[in-house]
Amino acid sequence: MLEIRNLHATIDDQEILRGIDLQVNAGEVHAIMGPNGSGKSTLAKVLAGHPAYEVTEGEVIYEGKNLLEMDPDERAREGIFMAFQYPVEVPGVSNAQLLRLAYNEKRKHHGLEELDPLEFKELLAERAKLVDMDLSFMSRSVNEGFSGGEKKRNEILQMAVLEPKLAILDETDSGLDIDALRIVADGVNKLRRPDNAIILVTHYQRILNYIIPDYVHVLYRGRIVRSGGKDLALELEEKGYDWIKSEAGVTASA
Amino acid sequence: MMTQATEAKETTLYLEAYEQLRQQAANHTPVWLDRLRAEARERFAQLGFPAPTLEEWRYTNVAPIAKARFVPAWTTDGAAEAGQRWKSRLYSEAQQSALVFVNGRFRPELSSLAALPQGAIALDFEEALQSSHQALIRERLARGAAFDKQHFAALNTVFVGLSGAFIHLAKGVRVEAPIQLLFISDGGPVMAFPRVLVVAERESEATLIERYVGAADQKYFTDAVVEIYVDENAHLEHYKVQEEGLESFHVATTWVALKRAARYHSTTVTLGAQLARHNIAAILTAEGGECRVDGLYMVDTGQHADTHSLIEHRAPRCTSFQLYKGILDGRSRGVFNGRIYVHREAQQTDAYQTNRNLMLSNEARVDTKPQLEIFADDVKCSHGATVGQLEEEELFYLRTRGLSFEKARNLLTYGFAEEVVEKIAVDSIREQLNEVILNRLQATALDVR
Repeated sequence: MLEIRNLHATIDDQEILRGIDLQVNAGEVHAIMGPNGSGKSTLAKVLAGHPAYEVTEGEVIYEGKNLLEMDPDERAREGIFMAFQYPVEVPGVSNAQLLRLAYNEKRKHHGLEELDPLEFKELLAERAKLVDMDLSFMSRSVNEGFSGGEKKRNEILQMAVLEPKLAILDETDSGLDIDALRIVADGVNKLRRPDNAIILVTHYQRILNYIIPDYVHVLYRGRIVRSGGKDLALELEEKGYDWIKSEAGVTASA
Repeated sequence: MMTQATEAKETTLYLEAYEQLRQQAANHTPVWLDRLRAEARERFAQLGFPAPTLEEWRYTNVAPIAKARFVPAWTTDGAAEAGQRWKSRLYSEAQQSALVFVNGRFRPELSSLAALPQGAIALDFEEALQSSHQALIRERLARGAAFDKQHFAALNTVFVGLSGAFIHLAKGVRVEAPIQLLFISDGGPVMAFPRVLVVAERESEATLIERYVGAADQKYFTDAVVEIYVDENAHLEHYKVQEEGLESFHVATTWVALKRAARYHSTTVTLGAQLARHNIAAILTAEGGECRVDGLYMVDTGQHADTHSLIEHRAPRCTSFQLYKGILDGRSRGVFNGRIYVHREAQQTDAYQTNRNLMLSNEARVDTKPQLEIFADDVKCSHGATVGQLEEEELFYLRTRGLSFEKARNLLTYGFAEEVVEKIAVDSIREQLNEVILNRLQATALDVR
């Protein structure tokens, strides 16, 4: 589904990604871990098409197409979704308005009929259950006045409505208490299917107790320095990132 | 440098119109009104049009108004067919509670007051002057809008009583239907001077809508003055929707006095005219008054919209909120000058003011100046102003949800306006404004139902 080859990216002329290689197939969950500043969120944003980042080398192939040539909205309509680490507030636009617009943009893109507000309301009510969200949130402005946990749940609600092929969850677990984490993780698990894939960017192993990854990759200084199964996350939790840092340091100087 | 001679010329048109009027109308105008007009005439003759050297007019040059030649509204026939063309601009909630004016003339055949309950009166101003309300009008008229200092209020007062409405709500009367005053200009270079006096007696409640519309290609001039009294515990909701033609000039003065525990909420929407200036003053004269004075201006190339507001706290424990938002596109110009004045006696004042401007073009310009003058020591006051473009992060967020750049931009702009629009309690005003906003953005395809 997604193939990243030797990806380099910069922001303000500073190189953050220094040669990422990663292959993600349908049905897989990949966890990207790493210490702060290792480039995890940059990778997520580059895949979503954030205009502040410049790709200087390498390529990303998504469903046989050159992803880097696509605008962020085209990527979204083609099935890529990023749950933001810091979801943006959109005053004056209700959650229901945005969700229906986004949903219909995608339907139009795929040659399907748009849903009218009534039809969409039904769909929304059903999807909102997945993340245990009260319908009163639908008439409120997008993320405005939401608590941290509500914002993260709202991101997963958007994911549930848009049904992406590839979902990139950027530190969706950060700032969540254990109950909120469980709701969010349950929601994500219910959306897992053999034909979609998830990239889970996280600093902590905690969320991986709920969303079990097939692969764990450790990012350090813009490169994947280690890959493994779900046990790698536990090892990291036990030994801390210093272990990776010293190992990477040795490798670099060797 | 303006010479004495040209200044004289600029006022001549108006002074001559006054002379003609005086000769025609001498018989049936009350003596006190004649005197008021004469006083205003003297004042206007001295003041003339405001020069840009005056602080209050620093950013708004009214020379285009002063130099233009207009025809007095009362010499026109009030074009009946124009009324037919524009009568759809009555909001559906106000079909049975509306007064319609065409080119400054009252059109009874387009007006209906069937929905007004007993104790609520809305009359064409000329008619009101002949009614039993004359004494009340005499007592309250021209007490607030200071025609001794304000050029355009003086000019309006020279012609007071010819156009506009008198609205009276007796004690405890509640009017369900919003009372709409529709001012239509569609008869060439007409000058009209609508004057509205609203007296909401204690514990009364009503909604007032002023709407100004006009032909897109005609260079006409509206100089309106609205004076409002909200007495003890009364509650007035006030909407002003200014959609004048894009060649026109619109100058308006709104003056509101609130008594004890009175509530006044207003939303002013400025969409039309090449040059618009609105002076709005709300005076909290007694304890416990509450006012909310909101506004939205949305302008494009060739338009200049100026709001000068004054919220004056004269008494303790009053509350004022003010939110003005501007959307400026093309080579447009906006001015916001908001002054909050808290007198020494006005302890425990709670005053809040914000002006936010969204610049959709690099060629647009806005001058914003919030001012706080506080002479009491136990108050809660805050104010602020921002001028900015759409946030990159917000645009990116919406694009990652599949919205094109254009749709994301339009949705954010729509959302920016919504903060003001969504508070409007009359459904058809809200719906109409949303439609206008999306039309202006050329985003009618943006389905925000």
